[in-house]
Amino acid sequence: MESAPTAVASQVLPNPLAHLPIPFQAVDYAAKGYHLDATVNPDQVVAMAAQLDKEGLALDTITGVDWMAQGQMEVIYDYFHPAKALRVVVRTRIPRDNPEVPTIQSVFPGANWHERETHDFFGIRFLGHPNLTPFLLPEDATYHPLRKDFTS
Amino acid sequence: MTQAIANLLKLLATEPYRLLLFLVCMLAFVGLNAAYLVWVERKGAGRFQRRPGPTEVGPAGLLQPVADAVKLMSKQLIVPAGADTTLFRVAPLLMMSPALMSLAVIPWGQGLAARNINVGLLMIFAFGSINVMAIMLGGWSSRNKYAIISAARVVSQNVAYEIPMLLVVITMIMVTGTMNLSEIVQQQAGGFWHWNLFRVWLNPLMPVTFLIFFICMLAETNRAPFDMTEAESELVAGAYTEYAGMGFGVFFMAEYANILLGCALGTALFLGGWQSPFGVLSGVIWFLLKMYFLVFSVVWIRWTFPRTQFYGLLNLSWKILIPVSLFTLVLSSAMMKLFHA
Amino acid sequence: MIVKEPISTPGAPNETFVINIGPQHPATHGVLRVKMTMDGEYIVRAEPVCGYIHRMQEKMGENRTYAQFLPNTSRIDYLSAMTYTHGFVGAVERAAKLQVPPRAEYIRVITSELNRISSHLVWWGAFLLDLGGFTPLLYAFDDREKILDLLEGITGSRLTYSYYRIGGLYNDVDDDFIKGTRAFVAQMRPRLRMYRSLVTENIIFRKRLIGIGPISKEMCRKYGATGPVIRGSGVPYDVRRVEPYSVYPEFDFIIPTFEEGDSMARYLVRMEEIAQCLRIIEQALDKLPSGPVMAEKVPRVLKLPAGDYCYAVEAARGRFAVRIVSDNKEIPYRVKLRTPSLSNLSLFEEASQGMLLPDALALMGSLDLVIPDIDR
Repeated sequence: MESAPTAVASQVLPNPLAHLPIPFQAVDYAAKGYHLDATVNPDQVVAMAAQLDKEGLALDTITGVDWMAQGQMEVIYDYFHPAKALRVVVRTRIPRDNPEVPTIQSVFPGANWHERETHDFFGIRFLGHPNLTPFLLPEDATYHPLRKDFTS
Repeated sequence: MTQAIANLLKLLATEPYRLLLFLVCMLAFVGLNAAYLVWVERKGAGRFQRRPGPTEVGPAGLLQPVADAVKLMSKQLIVPAGADTTLFRVAPLLMMSPALMSLAVIPWGQGLAARNINVGLLMIFAFGSINVMAIMLGGWSSRNKYAIISAARVVSQNVAYEIPMLLVVITMIMVTGTMNLSEIVQQQAGGFWHWNLFRVWLNPLMPVTFLIFFICMLAETNRAPFDMTEAESELVAGAYTEYAGMGFGVFFMAEYANILLGCALGTALFLGGWQSPFGVLSGVIWFLLKMYFLVFSVVWIRWTFPRTQFYGLLNLSWKILIPVSLFTLVLSSAMMKLFHA
Repeated sequence: MIVKEPISTPGAPNETFVINIGPQHPATHGVLRVKMTMDGEYIVRAEPVCGYIHRMQEKMGENRTYAQFLPNTSRIDYLSAMTYTHGFVGAVERAAKLQVPPRAEYIRVITSELNRISSHLVWWGAFLLDLGGFTPLLYAFDDREKILDLLEGITGSRLTYSYYRIGGLYNDVDDDFIKGTRAFVAQMRPRLRMYRSLVTENIIFRKRLIGIGPISKEMCRKYGATGPVIRGSGVPYDVRRVEPYSVYPEFDFIIPTFEEGDSMARYLVRMEEIAQCLRIIEQALDKLPSGPVMAEKVPRVLKLPAGDYCYAVEAARGRFAVRIVSDNKEIPYRVKLRTPSLSNLSLFEEASQGMLLPDALALMGSLDLVIPDIDR
């Protein structure tokens, strides 16, 4: 049976977390793959994590992006809700020559490994992390491969 | 010429030479079995897993054990630095010798026991406890953490399973009235209904007793599902981790010799030894058939069941097998006192 | 049996020793090293050390075009390679707003579910091997051979298929595949019944798993564990149901969830999932539309608009998500692979405290780890 492909409807849902003091923007899920997006200062990251933890969200992953041209690094925190379709992205930008962000390991113990990996790849230091040693790279590695100026 | 041969045979029938002849034959028998039980195990494993097993070396893979033995013999015997050399080398020998010695009292056929000792059963169990020491020495002297953990487990396991085994054997001694294995087999003459397995008027729980004996035999020989010592996926090779070449080969052979001993004992004690199930045409062939049937069951069980946890194994022994075997013992003595005094 | 306080005799010195499980070890399903500080047989601390098979897939993503990165996706988790490729092409298609034809979507679902069954069969065999039962591995591989033969017929490879393309599929399926898949579904159901009576109802096996390694819902949430780990703890989180993608909303299947949170619950979740996969495959085969398998206007040089795009799929081990950050070039600026095994393993350190060594290994086996998935 022949069926014509239908266009994907855009899905911008109302913000279920509007009661939180976080500057969320609703995002078209069908176009981007997540529902809410917020950019915060580095020192607000732990408070964000605590509030999202109280709402019952789970930590998906933490990663970084090296915006070398802008002299900044971006740390992206992905959260998801285990019961309903709610993907939340919290971003923060830090200066590239001194990349430091407080750790959220006290709120989400799962952040331990994600932060170690981000440190491995970018050199971002997570303040207060109990064990910021290389996770995937060799124990004596001093290089950070995902930086844009990394040459092997 | 024929006179010389007749004289030689008469000489061999006299005591020290007869014993020597038997012992040599038994060593050969055990050696051949230990090697070929490996073949049985691998072919059995293959068939249970829907694959053919060894087929390359020799017809139907029959020369596979020879190939394995040559491989093992050609390896260097490494003693790890820091290991206790004497104990390390002695441990495999200690494991093999009790099996060989105990087989001297097993009645293979009519009058075919190497030495018809009146306390044959006692001798077997006395020598059997040396096994524990052998693995413990092997594990301890290797100075390897995996081996030491394994050695500790072996001691607990073997102590736990010796007790119900001995209780079962004491029940059998009471029921049969003798510790002499040849006499025990003689008592089971007739058809299969005379076998000790069905002697329920003296011990109503006789099949349970046999089951306990079989389970304890599996545990004593460290076979699955009680193979904690060699739990491959946890402890690499357990107590045998540091053994290379023929040291490992001897441990391996000793395990099969122990299985052989356990199955031979089970046959003699419960299944009528060399007595035929129809009452006529008894002989060594029946002994071998029954013994190999038990060996096949041991192989079958290994490839079917997963491994128990360590405390599950100990629970089984202390909480289930020992009370049941004690109960059987008391029940048998009560039955014998009340009805057959 | 979990004892949070290791048993110690009063007055005896508290000696612990460190033992290494792996990286070469029969039980660790790959090159994983676990440094265990043990007090006798009890684990005081188990610290997984990863990185032995780290290949820097994410850097490779920054050096290749979108089409060139496709084979990499199969090799992240080689056991459920189809679903990982699905994640990546889904992200690119979402960003480029490409419409995949329905026939391609249905075939993607069929092949992904076949892949899921074959991954669960490998897990089942290897898990039982860890527990000491050697035979079921061979039975599972027997069934898996049939799946691999089916998939080889359409894709050409047995393990790391690069079957999906951006916009559809590499080539169409033929009648042999459809007939063969129906025959496979028909013969797999009695096999599952045989597995149940041989293994699932075996008393030794049940004693090894029931009550062992409990993981609570809270722990799953804090560590981000997904897949059978979270479904075995009572949370029915499955990406196919919560954030539906492809044509999964058209199929009728249940999400097996068990409340107990022990290793047996995770085991039962996966066995039930195999049965549900068979249901999905049957429905997809019945509803398979005709038509092209490749979208019409896929540009040869694909440049995604600037911004970041996410796509998540339910792989055999949990939620696999791809985040592509693009700056309007043909090579992505950043490719982030969120793999399920990493989050699943991260809770091992906390969950295994005070356990006995064989129980901890049963727990690790029930988490279904594939180490290249962690290390990428």
